[in-house]
Amino acid sequence: MPFLSADEWTAVALSLQVSVWATLASLPVGILVALALARGDFPGKQILNGLVHLPLILPPVVTGYILLVTFGRRGPVGGFLEEQLGIVLAFRWTGAALAAAIMAFPLMVRAIRLAIEAVDPKLEQAAGTLGASRLLVFVTVTLPLILPGIIAGAVLAFAKAMGEFGATITFVSNIPGQTQTLPTAIYAFLQVPGGEASALRLVLISVAVAMSALIVSEGVARLVARRIRGS
Amino acid sequence: MSLSLAVTHGFPGFSLDVAFDAPPGVTALFGRSGSGKTTLVNAVAGLIRPDTARIAVNGTVLHDSAAGVWVPPHKRRIGYVFQEGRLFPHLNVAGNLAYGGWFAPRGAVKGAETRRVVEMLGLGALLDRRPATLSGGEKQRVAIGRALLSAPRLLLMDEPLAALDDARKAEILPYLERLRDETDIPVLYVSHSVTEVARLATTVVSLSDGRTTRVGSPAEVLADPRAVPTLGIRDAGAMVSAVILRHADDGLSELDGPGGTLLLPRIAAPEGTSIRVRIHAHDVILAREAPTGISALNVLKVTVAAVRAGEGPGMVVQLDAGGERLLARITRRSAKALDIAPGLACYAILKSVAVAPEDIWIAGGEDARPQADTR
Repeated sequence: MPFLSADEWTAVALSLQVSVWATLASLPVGILVALALARGDFPGKQILNGLVHLPLILPPVVTGYILLVTFGRRGPVGGFLEEQLGIVLAFRWTGAALAAAIMAFPLMVRAIRLAIEAVDPKLEQAAGTLGASRLLVFVTVTLPLILPGIIAGAVLAFAKAMGEFGATITFVSNIPGQTQTLPTAIYAFLQVPGGEASALRLVLISVAVAMSALIVSEGVARLVARRIRGS
Repeated sequence: MSLSLAVTHGFPGFSLDVAFDAPPGVTALFGRSGSGKTTLVNAVAGLIRPDTARIAVNGTVLHDSAAGVWVPPHKRRIGYVFQEGRLFPHLNVAGNLAYGGWFAPRGAVKGAETRRVVEMLGLGALLDRRPATLSGGEKQRVAIGRALLSAPRLLLMDEPLAALDDARKAEILPYLERLRDETDIPVLYVSHSVTEVARLATTVVSLSDGRTTRVGSPAEVLADPRAVPTLGIRDAGAMVSAVILRHADDGLSELDGPGGTLLLPRIAAPEGTSIRVRIHAHDVILAREAPTGISALNVLKVTVAAVRAGEGPGMVVQLDAGGERLLARITRRSAKALDIAPGLACYAILKSVAVAPEDIWIAGGEDARPQADTR
């Protein structure tokens, strides 16, 4: 008999799918926002900063409710997406990915922003005098130097996405095979008699995934940092 | 004209108003800190935008505030060697050197040119190293090579040796001399070190409080008593040329110098070599009659050309020694006692051991150097 039942395996696979998509899709936006917050000087910078950090301080249920109201099929954004593009987020795995991405976003932006702030702008100035335009300076100097921060931010976001519960269950509910991720599956198994064994197996998987993500990210970040800083 | 520049810029409590034309060769921007040197260099590089400016290199206008022309830094093709090197830590030395070539016009940086610069700056053994593993002097050499290999119209060097100790400075100066003699890229060199300016510059622009005080050849500017406040009284001193006649057994070298034979500590160069010597003004003693029974070995016949009294007890006397200029710093009391006045014939006395090794250098490539434009 395999370690996991079909239902359990479905929850694990869905969780991985949701977290990977949430991380990858939000990474470019995260880098841009981190760049704007670290280097930008524009009106409304504090408002942007507040918005980014809001999911960190709001109760997750509130974030999920706001998502439901906004991105639900009758919500202003959700309705538009369904009518114009045929995209439905509410009660779908894509909605779970959106909820996870938004909950993980502040952690990702913080890590990348710190890395950007550690880059000496004088190096970018030097690259400019050597003929590189601002975009090319970013690609050839800034980006390689903040790579460890990007990796750290991505792993942090992935781990947070794997564990997201409150906003997910509020926005997309807990439908097995559709929106039931690891944490919501554990919660569901604990609600039925005799579900403790399933819950325990999923808890073990949860711990294993989180630990390996952390170890891999540490290793990669150290490797990158050594390559970048030289030794 | 290789660089033509007119810049005004207002800071709180300080204004910059400088205009000069620099001929090809190494133009030293010389002045104390706060005189506006770095602002000027940053304006040339496009890193700051002065209030009004007209900056042109080899006829190409980079900034003309009146005509609304402003070329962004990355399109100026001006190689900038910063005081702190600013090498890219994520690239090895070869990557740093190649960086500028990625953005230069196609075919502007050839492989042969890279090899020549690597050879000239002695970088061959460093190509695989990371900047973090280089010494300060090596970093600066790589930074110079990186700027050279971006196909620049002009090279800016902002105190490239200031962050280095004396040994590292001595290690890099010969490379800079080779750069001056072997490439035809004009250089704007910012420094507050008289030694560097004397050794490297073909033209000196001295700045004081945001104004140009003097433009001329180093020999002229350094021997000008009026330039002494800018140079700093401790560093004042003229530069003279001499030819090595022979090396004596007792560790001295005998030279054919201005106004007579010069005896200096042994110079590591063959007989017949032309050298430059910088003689500090405070090392020169004046006497009305040829002294006897004195330990100082150099007694030169000179004529007083000009005198300039400072604010303190001292004054600076400019001397004519066989057509070359020397500076002597004496007290006003002595000047009065000796009746020092322009036209007076007297003797300048210099201890051999007072001349430091870093103030003696071989006049390499001097004849190939373009004549300085003196306005």
